[in-house]
Amino acid sequence: MRGSDDHTIKKMPMKRLINLTPSKPLKLLLGILPFALLLVVYLIASDARLAENANDKLLPSFAQMGDAIGNLAFEPSKRSGEYLFWQDTLSSLYRLTLGIFIAAILGFTIGILTGAIPTIYSPIAPLLTIISLVPPMALLPVLFIVFGLGELSKVALIVIGVAPFIARDIQRCTQEIPLEQLVKAQTLGASTWQILVRVLIPQLLPRLINAVRLSLGAGWLFLIAAEAIASTDGLGYRIFLVRRYMSMDVILPYVAWITLLAFLVDWLLVKLSTTCFPWHYQATTK
Amino acid sequence: MTIIPFDKKYIDEKRAKAMPMIQAKNLWKKYGDNVVLERMNVSVKAGEFITMVGTSGCGKSTFLKMLLGMESPTSGELLLDGKSIRSEPDQSRGIVFQQYSVFPHLTVLENVIIAREFEHSPILGKLFGSKKRKVVDEAKALLESVGLTHAINRYPHELSGGMKQRLAIAQALIRQPRILLLDEPFGALDPGIRADMHQLILELWREHQLTVFMVTHDLSEGFYLGTRLWVFDKLRRDNQAPGAYGANITYDLPVTRRKSEVPYELQTIAQESQDF
Repeated sequence: MRGSDDHTIKKMPMKRLINLTPSKPLKLLLGILPFALLLVVYLIASDARLAENANDKLLPSFAQMGDAIGNLAFEPSKRSGEYLFWQDTLSSLYRLTLGIFIAAILGFTIGILTGAIPTIYSPIAPLLTIISLVPPMALLPVLFIVFGLGELSKVALIVIGVAPFIARDIQRCTQEIPLEQLVKAQTLGASTWQILVRVLIPQLLPRLINAVRLSLGAGWLFLIAAEAIASTDGLGYRIFLVRRYMSMDVILPYVAWITLLAFLVDWLLVKLSTTCFPWHYQATTK
Repeated sequence: MTIIPFDKKYIDEKRAKAMPMIQAKNLWKKYGDNVVLERMNVSVKAGEFITMVGTSGCGKSTFLKMLLGMESPTSGELLLDGKSIRSEPDQSRGIVFQQYSVFPHLTVLENVIIAREFEHSPILGKLFGSKKRKVVDEAKALLESVGLTHAINRYPHELSGGMKQRLAIAQALIRQPRILLLDEPFGALDPGIRADMHQLILELWREHQLTVFMVTHDLSEGFYLGTRLWVFDKLRRDNQAPGAYGANITYDLPVTRRKSEVPYELQTIAQESQDF
């Protein structure tokens, strides 16, 4: 080996930043770090405020939050005899699931029909584009007037907010299916109906799950907004109700609980999709 | 004196043999002002293997699409058995594209039996029980003839390019079309695999008595496979208006498989298509 080679090896520069990949344990550690940091910052700040004023409400300690939620979750309400935390969770999940379910069916049907059949596309697609531009929150008063203040208007808000998005997404996915496949199906003797049932719908179902995952964030938004304005229970109702007493010890755990629920629903949808449609994932990650 | 008995079947058969299967009569295809094909007059008998070559944009794929029914002629006639060809794809004409020919959400076996399911199950498009077993057996036999027996439960993304095209061919053949259209089916394959596919397609052509139309960029492939080779090119050109004149079949050559060398007058075209 020549001396100059030695020299270059010693002085080998560090790799470019874009070529450095953390090892697996390091990756995990780096992933957890921001959570831990936030927690520590919160603990320090909360301790500092509580040390100064034991009745401070802004940054409650974890013990206070635990007490507040324990009261809501494991002791029946004095007024109605219900376990409020679970009652809120059930009501909210019921509204969200029903709303998203109806929106998914509606959006999928409209999306696939407009995407696959030109004579349905022509009259529906421009209307769909305009409807999807209407801000759903602005329609909430209309919904309250038309459907009353009950469950229906909250579910309707989710449907109106989410269905056009799903419809347009599925429409685009339908149009992206290669024309070759549709021609091939016809040369195998398929009718329009058979192409829908055997070629398009099975290929679009994983796309639907994807669209639902993307629209769940908006779904939660509409749910909490509707509950905040007119409701008698629900997660959104509760946090807006206790805001009047500045009960951060209830609000913060509720927000964390909503986040956890959102995460779980998303995770379940991913699991459902990968188990039902393995071909979709293997084909797209390739 | 001998009396010739009037045998309708005999006469029909004789007529059918005399009548060309595909006929183009003064066929034109324009997209707006852009003339793609002009004054095409050609006839093809059943059982021929037509290979079509030419530079890109010379209308050979457009002609194939017209045969398939994806495009219709601007003027003139394109006849199948003396009647105007149906202007939408159907089971009389099978097709193999260069890619995207198979259904990604179905296994190899399902990709083939789906054709029979379309035929026998109009509402669900799916067969069950003994009916399904029957078509599965048929499909397995067909898949064996294209050499895919070992892969019948795999999904298309698990197959190599050559295997995908074998599947696409098997799929195209199960409804026993009379015409098989091939749109650069082997263009994306390695040379070694391409040679295997040539043998396969020739075997199937003989066995199923197909009439084949194949678009290819590879002139030697065209000479090797076809019984008749068409070269598409423009006879007239206007450099100020490239779309003013359309292409036509400039060479219509009968090919015997023994002579696979390129004739002198075609060598420049051979060079062009290889450059492409």
